[in-house]
Amino acid sequence: MPSELPQTTPSSVTRPIRIAIAALGGQGGGVLADWLVAVAELNGWIVQSTSVPGVAQRTGTTVYYVEMSPKPRPGERRPVFALMPVPGDVDLVVAAELMEAGRTLVRGLVTPERTTVVASTHRVYGITEKSAMGNGIIDSSAVFAALNASARRLICFDMEALANEHNSVISSVLFGAIAASGVLPFPRSLYERAISDSGVAVKTNLAGFAAGFEKAQRRSTAQASAPAGTAPTTELGRAFTERIEREFPAHLRGLIQEGVKRLLDYQDAEYATLYLDRLREIRDRDRSVAAGADHALTGAVARYLALWMSYEDTIRVADLKTRAQRFRRVRDEVRAAPDQIVYMTEFMHPRFEEVCETLPASLGRRLLASSRARRMMAPFLRKGRQVNTAHLSGFLVLYAVAGLRRWRRSTLRYQIEQERINEWLAAIRSMASTPDGYDAALEIAECQRLVRGYSDTHERGLKNYRTVMEAAQRYAGRRDLADIIKRLRNAALADEEGNRLRAALKELEPADEPRLATA
Amino acid sequence: MAERSFAHEIGKLRLGSGQEFRGEGILAVTKALLQSGVGYVGGYQGAPISHLMDVLSDAQELLEELGVHFEASASEAAAAAMLAASVNYPIRGAVTWKSTVGTNVASDALANVASGGVTGGALIIIGEDYGEGSSIMQERSHAFAMKSQIWLLDPRPNLESIVDMVERGFELSEASHTPVMLELRIRACHVYGSFMARDNRRPPFTLQDALNSPTRDVTRIVLPPANYAHEHEKINQRWPAAIDYIRRNKLNELMGGRTGEVGIIVQGGLYNTLIRALELLGLADPTGETDLPLYVLNVTYPLIEEEIIDFCTGKKAVLIVEEGQPEFIEQALNTILRNADMPTRVIGKAVLPRAGEYTGEVLQRGVRAFLRAHDPQRLGGAHALAPEGPQQPPKEIQALAGLLPPRPAGFCTGCPERPIFTAMKLLQRELGPLHISCDIGCHLFSILPPFNLGNTTMGYGLGWAGASAFNKPGKKRALAVMGDGGFWHNGLTSGVGNAVFNQSDNVLVIVDNGYSAATGGQDILSSRAHNRSKSTRHPIAEAVRGVGVKWLRVIDRTYDVGRMRDVLREAMTTPEKGPKVVLAASECMLNRQRRERPAFNKAVASGMRMVRERFGVDPDTCTGDHSCIRLSGCPSLTIRPNPDPLRQDPIAHVENSCVGCGVCGEVAHAAVLCPSFYRAQIIFNATRFDRFLSGLRRRVIEFLQRRAERRRLRYAF
Repeated sequence: MPSELPQTTPSSVTRPIRIAIAALGGQGGGVLADWLVAVAELNGWIVQSTSVPGVAQRTGTTVYYVEMSPKPRPGERRPVFALMPVPGDVDLVVAAELMEAGRTLVRGLVTPERTTVVASTHRVYGITEKSAMGNGIIDSSAVFAALNASARRLICFDMEALANEHNSVISSVLFGAIAASGVLPFPRSLYERAISDSGVAVKTNLAGFAAGFEKAQRRSTAQASAPAGTAPTTELGRAFTERIEREFPAHLRGLIQEGVKRLLDYQDAEYATLYLDRLREIRDRDRSVAAGADHALTGAVARYLALWMSYEDTIRVADLKTRAQRFRRVRDEVRAAPDQIVYMTEFMHPRFEEVCETLPASLGRRLLASSRARRMMAPFLRKGRQVNTAHLSGFLVLYAVAGLRRWRRSTLRYQIEQERINEWLAAIRSMASTPDGYDAALEIAECQRLVRGYSDTHERGLKNYRTVMEAAQRYAGRRDLADIIKRLRNAALADEEGNRLRAALKELEPADEPRLATA
Repeated sequence: MAERSFAHEIGKLRLGSGQEFRGEGILAVTKALLQSGVGYVGGYQGAPISHLMDVLSDAQELLEELGVHFEASASEAAAAAMLAASVNYPIRGAVTWKSTVGTNVASDALANVASGGVTGGALIIIGEDYGEGSSIMQERSHAFAMKSQIWLLDPRPNLESIVDMVERGFELSEASHTPVMLELRIRACHVYGSFMARDNRRPPFTLQDALNSPTRDVTRIVLPPANYAHEHEKINQRWPAAIDYIRRNKLNELMGGRTGEVGIIVQGGLYNTLIRALELLGLADPTGETDLPLYVLNVTYPLIEEEIIDFCTGKKAVLIVEEGQPEFIEQALNTILRNADMPTRVIGKAVLPRAGEYTGEVLQRGVRAFLRAHDPQRLGGAHALAPEGPQQPPKEIQALAGLLPPRPAGFCTGCPERPIFTAMKLLQRELGPLHISCDIGCHLFSILPPFNLGNTTMGYGLGWAGASAFNKPGKKRALAVMGDGGFWHNGLTSGVGNAVFNQSDNVLVIVDNGYSAATGGQDILSSRAHNRSKSTRHPIAEAVRGVGVKWLRVIDRTYDVGRMRDVLREAMTTPEKGPKVVLAASECMLNRQRRERPAFNKAVASGMRMVRERFGVDPDTCTGDHSCIRLSGCPSLTIRPNPDPLRQDPIAHVENSCVGCGVCGEVAHAAVLCPSFYRAQIIFNATRFDRFLSGLRRRVIEFLQRRAERRRLRYAF
């Protein structure tokens, strides 16, 4: 019986070309699909496209799917176009964002035998990446590696940037790169006609198309290089550079230079000298222990000490907000044309604490303790203030506050912060000199990351910092102390409510007795 | 649809005989309705059939020319009830909605119209929102067809078949006095293709004709004794009439080879996917030419016993490709073959998954398993184009799966609903966690990051009803959310009326953005815009007071986060008993931008003085904590690598797509965040006075800036 079955003969009918477009809502994936339909029809082909927009129209992912083939001759059957891509069966994958390119890989749409990938390398960050309390950005090297391994041919570069350069949208650059890929047997002029026929933003879209086309033909080379350290331009700069070179290891000089620059900008030469003096003590500690051979601790403290010493007080904020360079930056950022006028409004919400902390220490301390002063001030501080920095009224107030810089050393905040810094440095030094304590000292140095932001955020961070530091003392002597501090710090950065930190602390409790260090 | 125009699509609806229609599936259906001489169309918007409603809403002129009545129904139930016009009169009518959710709402009227039967053709076009991209529970509309005896069409997903099936659907309905459902999956609704158009037809018998000389037939009304008679009529007359029509007109198709011991029975809508699977298995060519016998069910209910028996005769086994569960068709096939004493085995869910969408990959696996068991030679002889799955992807790709960021749907840039949930989040900091009953609409995105607010959603307009059990005195009140769309759909009675009547002490937030926004920005009763063909501007506040709510607070600028929080706090903590309603009203930003952006550009181009506002973040004061993002989630508020060589965490950054809604500033104030945000006012076409003033300000400011710069230079590096 089975031998009677006629076998399906390989068909002479051309296999339709399959194209999948992965885009985020609002990226114009639909426009791109429409252009592909148009270019196929202009060439006399038959074409089908479909999509599943659903709720993805907002910020989710959408895959558009297009199939096309030459028009069948009279008497020939039409191909049956599918409505969704099948893994291993896609000729061209277009991705309007790097992680979405990654998602097409996970869906199996990219196969080395068949698939050309045209993808933009720019990132649109996901909400989990954006809302992380520290750095939630996903490392994209894994996506690059997988793309290189999986695509038959890979055309990728930052198409968003190129689109911006030409005042266009990413779909036009993608369309240009598709044309250049040669997957579709259509001449360039037809693609351009498809854009012209659509009648929307034709000039800029054609510019984007041309840019994408040309860039896709060139081999793109990675050109990420570390910025070189800057040479000093003043007598003061040279003096500091000399001291840094004299006292600190070569590989840390760039970082320490940044620290010195920051503190000169923040306060004055004396303050920058204090920074280097403090850092030298850490360097000495590094030199006295075997583990400190590569001065890891000095490196870590160099960074975090500079950040802590340049704490964001009201004077600093007013200073940064009133600078000419900042005025220029805002104009750039909002893309103002030269003839346009730009005004900025700041959203300030000074609380009673901030006011007191900007006062001379003794006065500030007394006021802070006085509930009467707090009550009297309350009506003025209940609501946030909007300050128009480019109006004289707003500018003069901020300018005056920025001018308090001269008296910063006498403010309450200065005293408080210097006490905290000294405590922190002392903890690092003493930890580094205990046996096996070097790694823990490194972790303590990094805990400065917890203390940042303003008002409530700053207070929450400070509380977490103290919690972690107390735990570090409580568990001093444990061999896994470095690991404990790191775990707690990460937990503190995991959620605003402090749930993870509490959980992490609880986890530590029962393990109190065993595993005590022998030392 | 105040903010969008569908003139281009309406042009396609006007095509005549011999012209080629090119466009989307759902628009093709709209065209097919007009070609079929439809007398009236109704429905409720929702993906994937919104386009049908939107285009017809805009096509008043064309509809008037053709004498077609169109209604944007208040709900799917209202739409289904419209079919009553086809009960006594030979008028064709069509209604449409998203299924199964819409069919759930409509089923009362559907059951009634199906019981009494129809004279004119009654067509129900359902967008089956199942599988990838679906936003609703995964169920089948098939069950509704069976329970009420409504015929179910599931045409092959190409425009010609779909358009043909619309026409056939009306004829089938008239031939069997039974309403007919036309089921279209999401991709078929959105598929771009072409068909040869025919002229539109005016209905031969009009609604006016009916009104001028009404007829009635008491035996069509569902009340004893007619209701008993209806059931017998369904079985003894309408069913055989339908079978007869379907057979005579060959609505189901026999394709592929005629010989062999196995065959495949497939739902029409899955035909293309099946062909692709066969092609990849080396069993079909790209045009669908295959030796495997195929029986394509363009009608999935009722099944035609004779055709099935014919197809199965001589076959050892047939594969039934039927998406979703329960497997109604598979069960029916078994019954038919068992009754006919046929030995053919029916294989369905044994080799295909019970749950989930039938993709090309899934069907490939299923067909392979079926043939391996029942016709291995055929499989062995074919040259498969695709390797046998499921293959393990390479390690580097597997690692990616866990790495990629999830992309949950979220509120648009500048959405007025965002600050409502920001306020709720801030309130939770004071009151602790709250029980929040959600509804259907954009506001349901509150359950996702970064807000993570909400416990349940029980259906459209049912947000407050979903909290009604929690009407017990306690430390906290339950909070419910409802959109304006849901409010008018049924929430006014099921939520507000229900709460008043049962003396609820809970709180409802009505999100009034002026449109049925989630379904595409259609106008509703309370829309603020003027609508040519609909009556709008009926305030929700009046309706709420009208059914007896005493405690009502209206916020007409939701962007005021502080006020929003204060009013919510008041509602949640006031000693006053009784139902409390907070009406949070600000226009949907997506629609507002559709209207305002072109107007703004036009004004700028004409030389008028215009001010654009947007927000920004100062990179040197942002410390990278991202509290602002956790309270906002705006797409234009994002992050970028820190330009500061000392800092490592990314900083917040506002993209140029910012529409300047103001939430960033309000949040910075209300949550006492940080001073990094600024609002920039960009003045286009500045007047001479503007220039004078700005020049004056600049001169003073720049003088002082230079002074400060000189001072800083003393400490330059």
